[in-house]
Amino acid sequence: MTGFSHSLLLVGVVAVVTALTRFLPFLLFPDGRTTPRVVVYLGTVLPCAIMGMLVVYCLRGVSFSAPPHGLPEAIAVGVVVLLHIWKRNTLLSILAGTACYMALVQLVFA
Amino acid sequence: MEATQQKKQIMKKALLDTLPVMAGYVVLGMGFGILLQSKGYGFGWAVLMSTMVYAGSMQYVAVDLLGSGVSLLSAALMTLMINGRHFFYGLSVLQRYKGTGRWKPYLIFSLTDETYSLICGENTLQGPQQRLYDVFVSLLDQFYWVIGSALGGVLGSVLCFDSRGVDFAMTALFVVIFTGQWLSTREHLPALVGVGVSLLCLLLFGPGGFVIPAMAGITAALLLLRGRLEKGE
Repeated sequence: MTGFSHSLLLVGVVAVVTALTRFLPFLLFPDGRTTPRVVVYLGTVLPCAIMGMLVVYCLRGVSFSAPPHGLPEAIAVGVVVLLHIWKRNTLLSILAGTACYMALVQLVFA
Repeated sequence: MEATQQKKQIMKKALLDTLPVMAGYVVLGMGFGILLQSKGYGFGWAVLMSTMVYAGSMQYVAVDLLGSGVSLLSAALMTLMINGRHFFYGLSVLQRYKGTGRWKPYLIFSLTDETYSLICGENTLQGPQQRLYDVFVSLLDQFYWVIGSALGGVLGSVLCFDSRGVDFAMTALFVVIFTGQWLSTREHLPALVGVGVSLLCLLLFGPGGFVIPAMAGITAALLLLRGRLEKGE
């Protein structure tokens, strides 16, 4: 098997398995049948919980022992949260937080 | 005409809401394209993968796998582990995606972390309008990703400004959505469970392998708390 065809197959396998993880819930609980109430319940509480998981996921590589001890992340996240509570503007909070983080990482804690 | 005016407004909203994702996806997509190029796989491969796989972290891992001689079975198992969390995304939008007609397959296919967050963050629109929004957001997000990957593949390593830290936009997006959700409800238990269980699993399993246990743990915890949480809704 040539390198090219092996690579193509690899991409294919990754694509199919990825699509599987996405389609599986819809295959298990199709439209026609009524979704079990427990699944409906999970649909109401999972999003909030998953969002919490995603925030932890994004910050998973932060090390508190090695410099800069997670300070750029802590400060930037703080900026995002406070600004969002104050102004409730998604774009503004993200722009300000990202600009803050970039400045900290490039200039302050470089 | 009223209908097209509404459509334009929703498109504009989707465009504005996805700007942070554009920043993250174009940069990360370029990084992916550049990385792939450095391994000898041109921009055609970048576009192919970003169109057919459309999963950021997995695509980066795949660059390592390509040409490493790894077996197809191992690749399949790794994909299952890394992308397993998508199962829980689909689970939580089952109701929302009901009756979305011919767009349903694409909506499901294109459910990434960021698209999922934007979708969950949008609860003001109803019915067909919400569907329109979901479709625009999904399309735009993948468009940014594919463009970024293509650019990366073509440009090689010619980046003209110091973009260190720009991928924090992604973290910021999730934090904003999390904050917005926290402010909009009195029931904070699901959010706390999400963060708490994730941190615990991060400590137990490390950054590389905590997601699947965290998802399982979160689901289990929420099921245990069902009595308390379902009545409170």
